[in-house]
Amino acid sequence: MSGMRTVVGKNVHRVDGVKLVTGGAAFTDDIHLPGMLYGKILPSPHAHARIRHIDTRKAKALPGVHALLTYQDVPRVPHTTAGQAWPEPSPYDTYLLDSKVRFVGDRVAAVAAESRAIAERAIRLIEVDYEVLPAVFEIEQAMAPGAPVIHDEPDSTKIFDREHNIAGYILREIGDVEAGFRESDLIVEREFRTGRQQHCMLEPHVSIAWLDVNQRLVIRSSTQVPYHCRRQVAMILEMPVSRVHVIKPRIGGGFGGKQEMLLEDITGALAVASGRPVKIEYTREEEFYMARSRHPQILRMKMGVKRDGTVIASQLTVLATTGAYGSHSTTVQGNTGSKVLPLYRAPHMRFECHVVYTNCPVAGAFRGYGCPQGFFAQETLVDEIARELGIDPVEFHQRNVIRLGDIDRLSAQLGEGKEGLPRVIRSCGLPQTIERGAAAIGWDRRRKPAANGNGCRRGMGMACAMQGSGIAGIDWASAFLKINEDGSFFLQVGASDVGAGADTVLSQIAAETLGVTLDKIVITSGDTDTTPFDVGAYASSTTIISGGAVKKAAEKVRAQVLEVASRMLDAPAETLACANNEIFTTCACRKSVTMTQVAMQALYREKTQIMDGASHFNTDSPPPFCTTFAEVEVDTHTGRVRVLHLATAADPGTAINPMQAEGQVEGAVTQGLGYALTEELVLDSAGRPLNPNFLDYKIFSAKDMPKLTTILVETEEPLGPYGAKSISEVPINGVAPAIANAIFDAVGVRMRKLPIRPEDVLRALGAKQNGGEQ
Amino acid sequence: MKAPVLKTMEVRLTVNGQPQVWTIAPGDLLLDVLRREGYFGVKRGCENGECGACTILLNDKPVNTCLMFAAQVEGCGIVTVEGLADGAKLHPVQEAFLDHGAVQCGFCTPGMVLSAKALLDKCPHPTEEQVREALGGHLCRCTGYRKPVEAVLAAAKKAKRPRAAKPAEVTR
Repeated sequence: MSGMRTVVGKNVHRVDGVKLVTGGAAFTDDIHLPGMLYGKILPSPHAHARIRHIDTRKAKALPGVHALLTYQDVPRVPHTTAGQAWPEPSPYDTYLLDSKVRFVGDRVAAVAAESRAIAERAIRLIEVDYEVLPAVFEIEQAMAPGAPVIHDEPDSTKIFDREHNIAGYILREIGDVEAGFRESDLIVEREFRTGRQQHCMLEPHVSIAWLDVNQRLVIRSSTQVPYHCRRQVAMILEMPVSRVHVIKPRIGGGFGGKQEMLLEDITGALAVASGRPVKIEYTREEEFYMARSRHPQILRMKMGVKRDGTVIASQLTVLATTGAYGSHSTTVQGNTGSKVLPLYRAPHMRFECHVVYTNCPVAGAFRGYGCPQGFFAQETLVDEIARELGIDPVEFHQRNVIRLGDIDRLSAQLGEGKEGLPRVIRSCGLPQTIERGAAAIGWDRRRKPAANGNGCRRGMGMACAMQGSGIAGIDWASAFLKINEDGSFFLQVGASDVGAGADTVLSQIAAETLGVTLDKIVITSGDTDTTPFDVGAYASSTTIISGGAVKKAAEKVRAQVLEVASRMLDAPAETLACANNEIFTTCACRKSVTMTQVAMQALYREKTQIMDGASHFNTDSPPPFCTTFAEVEVDTHTGRVRVLHLATAADPGTAINPMQAEGQVEGAVTQGLGYALTEELVLDSAGRPLNPNFLDYKIFSAKDMPKLTTILVETEEPLGPYGAKSISEVPINGVAPAIANAIFDAVGVRMRKLPIRPEDVLRALGAKQNGGEQ
Repeated sequence: MKAPVLKTMEVRLTVNGQPQVWTIAPGDLLLDVLRREGYFGVKRGCENGECGACTILLNDKPVNTCLMFAAQVEGCGIVTVEGLADGAKLHPVQEAFLDHGAVQCGFCTPGMVLSAKALLDKCPHPTEEQVREALGGHLCRCTGYRKPVEAVLAAAKKAKRPRAAKPAEVTR
């Protein structure tokens, strides 16, 4: 079949490419509205405090200030900012504005003024009398008896144990791990820690809100989840959903950071209060501590194996912090178990996790969604076990990893905040990703680390990973298509292209199914007034779920096209086919009409709009697979780790657009590289961010990059449109453990904390020299 | 007596070949004025000179407009990404960015395209290292830089200048 495809599987240009390379006014902030005001949020300077009194008179008196809101002016509606399907599994512990602040950067008040400068001045004129409360920043301390209670307000809901600052708790077991450990010949248990990584999308969060001529609230926003946003804003501002219109223009990167209703509520509230359009755009500094991060975790992983390397039991115990609010708290952490442990075919698995509130900036969704933490622990531990047994890690993985036809039963227990569905592996290129990745890095030439003259040593490491493709039984999408006179089609989807290329991929799927060229598809996406429902861009769902909806809608529309054509050609519809903007008989006589002729016939003679829509969801979440190989050079004098080569082989199912799929791999790998070595938002002892800028928070630049090799191992997934699964998240998961394993290969020290900083490597080298524990 | 505070001033310059007169406040950032004038290809990424998204060519050199006052560009020639295409015909660097999948979200793209153009104008056959140096001031969170570097090398190769071009093979 794949040989006959004309649009799917091709490296077509992005459908939005020309406007992006020419600087077209495509992004949220690329408009000027008459009378637009600048909104600004007053952030809390304290990590934990109650507002005793707030005096806004001076600020309100400042000329040019049109609205000022504190908790006294707005409805108090407990909610979550997590952009998740209703009912959201995250706790309802957040308020538009509150009389208590829970982290440095929490909202105290908001103003809208005629210029940014006036807004900034007004913010400084607000006088707040704080009752500073004891704050807690470390996970273990937050859970300890007597720790300050961060959510002592009575009206929050869905918090697991507010007295102990526990937002969520998860315990799942299949088999009997204790019995499994008794059967094992070797048991290794280690502790791992991971850092607070920031999304650093180049476009900061920005929302512009106004009341339109019908007094409906329009919110133009950099969001991954326009529909969830609409529902949440309506709830928080106590408006009917029908009075809210969310528009998602081009988005300058999201990576999960925009799977969050973050600025839309407060921008909307200011627009309503002032009666003027209002824009709030985070500065880069605000983006670092007033947006979201990856959840920092402490992971204790224990694995039992037979002497031949067969994995018998694995147990992962996690303490995670969600910061001051529980956005995505149980779901991210659930993934740390459900998408990580089943990589191995162990009969006994146990996952336990506490998600803990601290007075730190808030964590949320971030590419990988709990998996980078879990795979760092698991794949580093597996490397240690393989070496202990004298088995090549490549061989160890090939023997133990999940296979075609396997049923992952842990996923059945760990759904999106509730019972899930079992995962059946219907496509699996994992063994090939291991093989081809090993060949690309030159695993065979891996040699014992030998010191060269300058004290630098080289080593190689590897890691395998998987993810999901949409949330089984929850994620769903819809699509609508109609024909135009020129044989083109309008494709309307609620899906949110956040820069990953969804509009292009969905257009390719429509064009392929309808038998038209790509230029005949005109896509509109992510507008709650004009496009049908879609949960949004997250959980690696868009290609498989939204793409599935597009394919179904296109099949229905194609059937209508064939009916019209069948009357025109006087041939049964079953004998007709569409390709290259033509409908033709498949018999030897080959009669044909063009799509344009069909459109004109339908619209003007038959008085019929060829149009249809479809909805789609899956009851399973087919995992994409990925293997990462790293080669590093470690400077034993300075502890500096230089990554020389990252080879990534990934199984996305069918790559609808291989060039875009490669781009997803390379972007994910680069974020994984930062997670491994440089990226961490550091807080001082009062919870204030120390490095909220790109000079002090280091993401890799073009000059810093190692060699990247990207290999797509395509498989055919029965549940995906044209065999597609997903690709955007899975390649981030294996980078940190592959690098940590390569460091061990090079210099014999185990790095179990992320990011792996030179001083940590140096300290570990020193400890090793002194005969310390490794 | 104190000098009167200067509320506004005029700046004369050319933008994408068009002569312009701007009325600005002395403290206005070049970034803000360009966006106000409708050059939305100039992006606000950090306002700190760290990300490169607000890059323009000022007298043919890439600069961060978030680090300049508009008052500094009196008499200068500015090229923004809006000025690169010749009607519907894209600049070879723009074309190569599309051909090679170097555009993802597109937010950093205008800056990278302009720095690449500036590089190729003075160095038509750059090495990969020179391309990486030229793009070094542009943070991109989507691509991992491989495809943008590949695109710039391919644009250089396609230009078919007299000397033999370097192959577009990217090593990292």
